[in-house]
Amino acid sequence: MGAVSTQIRRILRELGVEPEVVRRVGIICFEGETNIAIFTKGGRITLMVWDDRVELFFADNGPGIEDLELVRRPGYSTAPDWARELGFGAGMGIPNMEKNADTFVLRSRPGKGTAIRATVWRKGNERQGSSAGPGA
Amino acid sequence: MKLREVAEVTQAEVLTGRELLEREVDKGCGADLLSDVLSVVEENFLLVTGMVTLQAVRVAEVMNAAAVLIVRGKRPLEPVIAYAEEAGIPLLATQKGMFETCGLLYSRGLRPTRFRRVSEYAG
Amino acid sequence: MNAREVARVLGLEPLAFPHPEAEVGGGFCSDLLSRAMAEASPGDAWITYQRHLNVVAVAKLKELSLVILARGPEPEPEVAARAEEEGVNLLRSDDGMFELAGRLYALLAGDPETHPAERG
Repeated sequence: MGAVSTQIRRILRELGVEPEVVRRVGIICFEGETNIAIFTKGGRITLMVWDDRVELFFADNGPGIEDLELVRRPGYSTAPDWARELGFGAGMGIPNMEKNADTFVLRSRPGKGTAIRATVWRKGNERQGSSAGPGA
Repeated sequence: MKLREVAEVTQAEVLTGRELLEREVDKGCGADLLSDVLSVVEENFLLVTGMVTLQAVRVAEVMNAAAVLIVRGKRPLEPVIAYAEEAGIPLLATQKGMFETCGLLYSRGLRPTRFRRVSEYAG
Repeated sequence: MNAREVARVLGLEPLAFPHPEAEVGGGFCSDLLSRAMAEASPGDAWITYQRHLNVVAVAKLKELSLVILARGPEPEPEVAARAEEEGVNLLRSDDGMFELAGRLYALLAGDPETHPAERG
């Protein structure tokens, strides 16, 4: 856990992305990566770097999120014991991703999987809110 | 305070980052639950933890922490130390427990980090 | 120094406080229950982020004087209820582990009768 995040940070720094953006993207990635590691058999993380923004996409075919409202509540966690023993899964994952992103979209279907898109603006820092709901 | 002083106060061994001991830290965060560290607001803080995993170093890296101080006499495996060295994150290790370590550093002036307030996540 | 005094000085919010007179002999920090089971001593104050039912069970088993839930969301109401039933002092704080440990350590060190226990 964290391997992708640290790699992404290096890529972003090499591309000359602003340190504040690098930090936020790194945190979002760490949380998303940890969730995939804890709850699924694997997923895909895609990084896209534009002049005005950085975007992270997380996609998995894991169990999906049963209660979309609960998962956005700080402290709520369904993490198994092995994850807690490693120091993770104390909740705060999704809320922390939302907090660090300017735009945050989450789609999930129990039994099918979860997809997340997080955007961090490089200029202007416009907040466009976030949404979570059942999706395709 | 400088990392050098942190090491002295806690009688910590420097596992890597000997050349970075002049680095200054003014805040500390104590946690075994690494997921909480991900909501620390500041950068450049000292992460005090009993976790000796690669993830602990990665969390420090992602949060732009200044250094990691491992407590309870635990020792990370060589690959973890090597990773920290490569990432430029000093690793210190003390025999003292978390409670005493935090106590000593706090009394020497290291202040606690702030966390993103729980209520800010609503929306 | 008793739990009531510690709670007062550290500004802790009581969730269950059946034994405020309990003597606090030392301090201990851990989020890993297995470590708390192995190392905590009777009379210790335990500082942790974990806030589920097992925390109460461990505190009772190890005869801890006080459980301090460090910064974090409200625990489920059943945790406080269980603590009350089991006679476990359960308090919470908005401060993080580092600060709580720092201040409790100083508090215990300042008390001439007590030596801060090295734990956790």
